[in-house]
This record gives sequence, C-alpha cells and structure tokens, in this order.
Amino acid sequence: MSDNRAAPEAAEAASAAPAASAGEADLTGTGTAASPGAAPGQGNRILREIMSGNALVSVLAVVVALVIGGLLIAVTDERVGAAAGYFFARPGDLFGALWASVSEAYGALVRGATYDPTARTWLGQLGIFETLTIATPLILAGLAVTIAFRAGLFNIGAQGQIILGASFSAAVGFGWNLPPVLHLLAVILAGAVGGAIWGGIAGVLKARTGAHEVIVTIMLNYIAINLIGYLLKSPLKDPNSSNPVSPALHDSAVFPLLLGPNFRLHAGFLLAVLAVIAVAWLLNRSTLGFELRAIGANPSAARTAGMVVSRGYIIVMLIAGALSGLAGVAQVAGTEKSLDAEVAGSIGFDAITVALLGRSTPWGTFFAALLFGAFKAGGTSMAVNANVSIDIVLVVQSLIVLFIAAPPLIRAIFRLKSASSRGAAA
Amino acid sequence: MGTLKLELKGITKRFGSLIANDAIDLVVQSGEIHSLLGENGAGKSTLMNVLYGLYEPSAGQILVDDRPVTFNGPSDAMAAGIGMVHQHFMLVPVFTVAENVALGNEATGTGGILDLEQTRRKIRDISAKYGFDVDPDAVIEDLPVGVQQRVEIIKALVRDARILILDEPTAVLTPQETDELIDIMGQLKAAGTSIVFISHKLREVKAVSDRITVIRRGKVVGTAEPSASTTELASLMVGRSVSLTLDKAPARPGEETFQIRNLTVMNDAGQALVDNVTFSVAKGEIVAVAGVQGNGQTELTETVLGLRKHVHGSILLDGKELVGRSVRQVLDSGVGFVPEDRTTDGLVGSYTIAENLVLDLYGKKDFSRGFTLNRAAIAKHAAAKIDEFDVRTGSAEAPVATLSGGNQQKVVLARELSRPLKLFIASQPTRGVDVGSIEFLHKRIVAERDQGTPVLIVSTELDEVLELADRIAVLYAGRLMGVVPGDSSRDLLGLMMAGLNAEEAQAHLAGPDSARATTTEGEPA
Repeated sequence: MSDNRAAPEAAEAASAAPAASAGEADLTGTGTAASPGAAPGQGNRILREIMSGNALVSVLAVVVALVIGGLLIAVTDERVGAAAGYFFARPGDLFGALWASVSEAYGALVRGATYDPTARTWLGQLGIFETLTIATPLILAGLAVTIAFRAGLFNIGAQGQIILGASFSAAVGFGWNLPPVLHLLAVILAGAVGGAIWGGIAGVLKARTGAHEVIVTIMLNYIAINLIGYLLKSPLKDPNSSNPVSPALHDSAVFPLLLGPNFRLHAGFLLAVLAVIAVAWLLNRSTLGFELRAIGANPSAARTAGMVVSRGYIIVMLIAGALSGLAGVAQVAGTEKSLDAEVAGSIGFDAITVALLGRSTPWGTFFAALLFGAFKAGGTSMAVNANVSIDIVLVVQSLIVLFIAAPPLIRAIFRLKSASSRGAAA
Repeated sequence: MGTLKLELKGITKRFGSLIANDAIDLVVQSGEIHSLLGENGAGKSTLMNVLYGLYEPSAGQILVDDRPVTFNGPSDAMAAGIGMVHQHFMLVPVFTVAENVALGNEATGTGGILDLEQTRRKIRDISAKYGFDVDPDAVIEDLPVGVQQRVEIIKALVRDARILILDEPTAVLTPQETDELIDIMGQLKAAGTSIVFISHKLREVKAVSDRITVIRRGKVVGTAEPSASTTELASLMVGRSVSLTLDKAPARPGEETFQIRNLTVMNDAGQALVDNVTFSVAKGEIVAVAGVQGNGQTELTETVLGLRKHVHGSILLDGKELVGRSVRQVLDSGVGFVPEDRTTDGLVGSYTIAENLVLDLYGKKDFSRGFTLNRAAIAKHAAAKIDEFDVRTGSAEAPVATLSGGNQQKVVLARELSRPLKLFIASQPTRGVDVGSIEFLHKRIVAERDQGTPVLIVSTELDEVLELADRIAVLYAGRLMGVVPGDSSRDLLGLMMAGLNAEEAQAHLAGPDSARATTTEGEPA
C-alpha cells in the first residue's frame, strides 16, 4: 500500500479537480456555461444569465419601469402637488390628479408612437411609421449584439461598427456615380463591409490572441469616433459647407421612401426585416448557426466535436460588424442622407439594451427595437401634448435595463420561481 | 463533547410535485459509520440538506439524542453538533487553511482583532490527533484535493461536530486519497465521531460502514450489513438484479491498425506530459490505459484527437499519420471519441438531446443539405438512438442538461458509436454514472470491439480496467510502465501505477515483501 502512495500528489490534484463536476451534481444549463475550458469567467456567466432570461422577465421589466416612470411623471406634475396639499380634506382629488397626470402622459406616448386620432393632420396621426423608421437601425444593430452573444461574445462595439459602416456607405453614396438600383446596392454593400472590418478586427484579436472582446470593442468605439472626426475634417468633408458634414448622397444612393415624401419610412426597414429573418435562419436552421451556438454555449465541447472555435469567433464578429454596418447604412442612406459625426447617435448603445430586452433572439430583438422606436417617436408627442419632459423616456429606458440586469429583483417583485431553484430538486 | 445519536423520523421533502424524500426513517447510532447508498438522484443529498438545515422538511422529525430539534439553517445544525463536508468544497481558494477554518467562526482578541494563532493551534492539535498532515499556513489553492477535503473536515471538527456528514467525499479523490480518507474515517470513529457517509460506490461503502441504508427514488428500500455482497447491494440500489461481472468473449485480436510510436507531448512550459510512449491496439481488442489520475492519460487521448500542441512522434491509424491533423480531420478518419468529462467536453448542456446526438455529425450529408440543417433527419436519428441506447427521457427536444449522468453518458456514447469506426476511444466511460447504466455502457463498448474496432479505454477505476481490458497499458508520470495482459493482478497494476515498470513490479511481487503490496482491499475480480 505504501508503494502506491508514492504517486505524485501535485499532479493528481491538478487534474483531479475537474472530476468534481462529473460527480452527483449533474450539469445544468448555467453549469455548462461556466465550463473551465474557455474560461468565460464569472462575469460572462452573469451576462449569459441576463441575456437568456425568460420572456416574462423582459415583459415585466418593461411593466415595472413604466410604473416607476409613471410615479416620476406624477410627482413632477403641478396638479398632483396641488391636490396633495389638501389631501386630508379631499383625498379623492389626489388620486384623480395622479391618474389624470399619468394617463395623459402615457396616453400621449402611445398615441404618438402608434395612431393619434386627435392630431390635426392625418400625417400627424400616423406615428407608427415614425416608430418603424427609428426602429430600423436599432433592429440591425441589435441583431449585431444578439448574434455575437449567441456565439459567446459580448459585442459592445456596435457603435464603432455603425460609424464605419456609415462612413463607407457615405463615401460610396456621394463619391461614386452608378445607375440607380446598382448604386444603392453598392452603398449597402460598402456599409456592410465597413462594419465587418471593424467587427472583424475584434474577432481576429479575440481568436488569435485571446484579447477580451469587450475591451477591444470599447476601444474600437473610441477609435471610430475619432476616425469619423478626422474623415469629416478633410477626406469626406463637404467643401461647400463650413460644418463637418459630408456632401449629400446622390439620389440614386438613398433608400426609396416606402410611403411617399410625407413619411420618413424608407426601404431600409424592409432590409432590417430581411436581416431578422436571415439571422433567425442562420442561428436556428443552418450548420453555421449550429456551430456558433455550440461555441457560445460550450466552447470546449465545440472544440472536441471538431468545430474550430477561433474561426467561429472571427466569422461571427464579421457578421455582427456587417449588421451594425447596415444600421449605419440605414442612417446615412435612409434618414440622414449625409454623414456627420453624430450619425450613430446612441444607437450602438441602445442596441445592447435592445438585444438584452429581446433575450438575444432575432425576433425578440426585433420587437424590443420596435418598443424603443416607439418610446422615441412617442416621447416627442408626450412632451408636446402632455407637457412631460422627453427625458422621462430615457429614464424609463434606463429603468428597463436596470430591471433586466437584475432578474432576481423582478422575480422577487412578482414572486416568480427562478430557473435555478428547479435544479435543486434533482 | 461526547457521542451523539441521530434519528430521522418520516422525513419527507417535496419540491412542487416531485417527492425527493418520502417518509425516510434513519437512525445513526453514536460512534458508527452509517452509509447512505443510492444512485445519483435517489435523494441522498436532499436528505442530508434537510438534516443540515439547508432545506425545511415538508413533514417528519429530526431527533438528536432522542430530543426533537428543528434547524433553521446550517448554524443551528452546527450548534447541535452536526457538521457537513459538501461534495463541492466551500473554501476560499486564496485564503490559508487557518483563515478558511476561522471563517464564520473567527476567534478574536481584545478590540475585535483577529486571533488566527488560536485557530492555527486548533488545526495543529486536530492535525496531530488524526494524522491529517495539514499546514495551517498553506494556501488552499496550492493544496491537493484530498488535503482540501481534510480542511473541510477540520472546519467541522473545530466547531465541535460530533456527527459528520460526508457527501460523496470520494467522487473527487484518487484511489490513494480515497484510502487515506477511509483511514481518517476510522480514526474519527475511534474518537467517538459518528459519520454519515454518502456514496454510490459499493466497494467503499462496504469497506467503511457499520451499517448501510439503501435509498431508491426517495424511499428507504432496505438496510444491509457491510458483509452483504456487492451484487446484493447493487440490486437493492437499482431495484432489479444487476450483473456486475461482464460476459465477455475472449478477444480475437486482428491486425494492429492503431499505433502510437515514440509519442511525446509537452505543455507550454516544455515539460513532457506524455513521455516517449509506444504501444498499439489491434482490431477487435480493448486496450485500457490505467494509471492514477493526472499521469498523462488525458493528454494522450487529447493528442490522438488533435487537441494538443507540442506533439512529437507518430500516431498511425491504418497507416495514416494523425499527428498534425485537425480535430475534424481525425474524427472524419473514423475515430470515435468519448471525452473524460462529458459536461465540459462531450455535451452542450443547453442543446437538446437531438442536437447533442449530432454535435460532431451535423455537417455530414445525412443531417444537412448545403448550409441548412436537416431537422427531420436529426429528429429521426435522435429517436432511433434514444431507443437503441435506452436513454431515459420524455422528449428528444429536452435540453441534455436535464438528463441524469448515466443518460448523458449514453447520449455521448450513442453519438460516437453511430458511425462506422476505425478506432474508438473512451476516457472514463462510466465516471459519475449509476450502476444500472455502467452495465449497459460496458456491454456497448465490448460490442464495438466484437465488431472488429480497435478500442482504447482510459480509466482510473481499476475495477473498470480489469473488467473491460484485453490488455492494460499503465502510465506513470507520462511514461509507459508496460503493457500487461488483461487478467493481471491488482497488486501488479498497483505497483506499476506507482512507478515500477512491468519487470520490476513482477520481481517485487515475487520477493519476500509481496504480502504488503496490495493496492485496495477488493474482492476477487
């Protein structure tokens, strides 16, 4: 017996540790996610939990955010303040004022984002089309975050990828002369390529050197922001303008308007819908999607099954970058018709929220983008018609993120059962 | 101090509609080692979590020294003298042993200053008393798993635990560490500590227990004496008669189509993990690689699959070189591969059973057209394999993570055996798998051999090696100690696993001190 114990203990310990996971506690969904092979770390596991929570959590997060937003609207309303002053004399007045204040504001928001029969012109009545217009780049950039996430990468770089896509497509849009349809296609392609380059850099760095994609994409955002500043000073600047903007795109290079000149809704929306369908097919029906999802869920098992994880990272970042690039195209060739430094606005960051809210599924992302489009479109109407600051929309959006980021909070509020408590029974 | 008698009366624990424990009665007499035997998912851990105050029982009573008690949390249980060592250790890796032991129970001096010296002294006392050999100032992450486990035991003893629950303590241990743990348990018992030992490993249960309670599907199905045969215990545990010895026809080895020649594999630091290994496997033969965990077996199989860098030497399959090929190329050349750890390397937990059954086959024309997956074909394949391998599941569309360990392993094996193979490699094919499934998996592996496939098995369980192997290759520190016949004695293998080559080991056995050189006190194979 003593002979046998002479075996090298240190070596044993090193590889005996993984055996622990093969014991009685069988793997659960999240357990697998924390596989040591690719060292996704605890941060990624939390992100994964957030990104793949169930639909109910998303919906309830929106509800709770709206309720708190409503409270904020109410307490800042003068009528409510006045009614609170004589609360003990006539308490009903306070509740009446509360209800009036909140319902007016949200009513205006909903009408502004969808259909408002009270508007003076029929153009003003149809806010729904403005919602779709604003949602278009959000859908595309949201998909960029979603697809990368499904392959296990947290793409914070949509902003930079949009800027690159917008710059490339603008350069082609005003710089080239091509026949109508061909020119638009060239613009779309250029935008996709521009975004793909920016996404691809992050993908290659991740695959070849293991650089963390979050850091890399954030830094690429800064580079992109400064790059566009430079581009608009000389190479892409409109010589006839004193402002840092590019010349306007040729008419042949912009998306046709879908509903005539009175609405901003353009064919880019159709492109976004096609992109949703394409990404859904890619993820769920294609062999590539099967690989990407496997890599995202368990890179060690993917590698053992013969998939090349590093190649998957590069491919998915190219696709994600291209999708963000298309969001840039939607801005430049859809609504803006020229390039300026604010072309990406906050789309790249809203895209992360949209993907979160959509639980990183293509159609979830689509509807989340529509919701955010509606907030923005309806927010203006709320400000004008209910005299509520448009900032309240931002507060509600931020609250949504907050509640989605804290699923246990939502579960506690609504007494939902958590996914992990079911595992304990096994 | 003093000994303590523990009694559980009619403990029932429900999770929704699932009854994890159904009216369980259990008496642990003071100063005895009482084993709780049951398959994975039988409800052993749930019961102990109830006892430790982690779960509130839905019904039933806990009595300590004949007085009923209720525990609202582990601190209540600890106060009553119950200590628990979890299967997954509750230690802070970057803290020292003393810091971990003090955690939650810190001794403080004047002004609330931490008095670690007091804890260190206690650790040294306990360490000396039971021969634990634990340095209070060692950092946890530097310690072998077996020593970490002892730290957990010390944690319980420092808190005056008089009854110790050990939840699957041997699952993470090497055979040597298991032997040491069994020694320790004996000493604790001699000092008056009662122990509840949870396991599904029959050999260990028989070796340590005073009494055995068998649990199946949340119910106590019987008690047994340690003198009961393993077959009896296994049958009780599984609920039907189980054959523990494999009916295996003698091998009819053919041509040696799989050859490893002078294989050396290094890590990034240039240390040899596999050191100049040469052996071959013939068609229709099972060669088992035996060895204590961490002696190069994992690296050897990973190298064959193409997962390793820094490879020198040659791996030939049907005369074709495998070194330098990608994993996909190796798989496509007819290698079936069951990885050591199915949860990290073999399965994607969130994927459905059907998807996992094609995890390395999805690109084949049977399961895809161009870039599109053929969902219908994948579903049909899944139905066939679930049937053939008796995977117990409600639906092929259920995430594979919802299956028990044994059924997960069946999924991996089903996938790897579902194409014509020129070589089949299985690492730890039955680790963490219940007894009923082990029998099935072993039969499938032998069936593959009988079809004329060369089979390479890696296992750290000597029982399994002796059961399956036609020839046994023993690795020690990455070097091949020799290849011996499948019916070699445990003593011989034990010596080789400890670093003697085949001739030395045989000479040693023939020598006068051979009587002491047994490896584990096992029954005859």
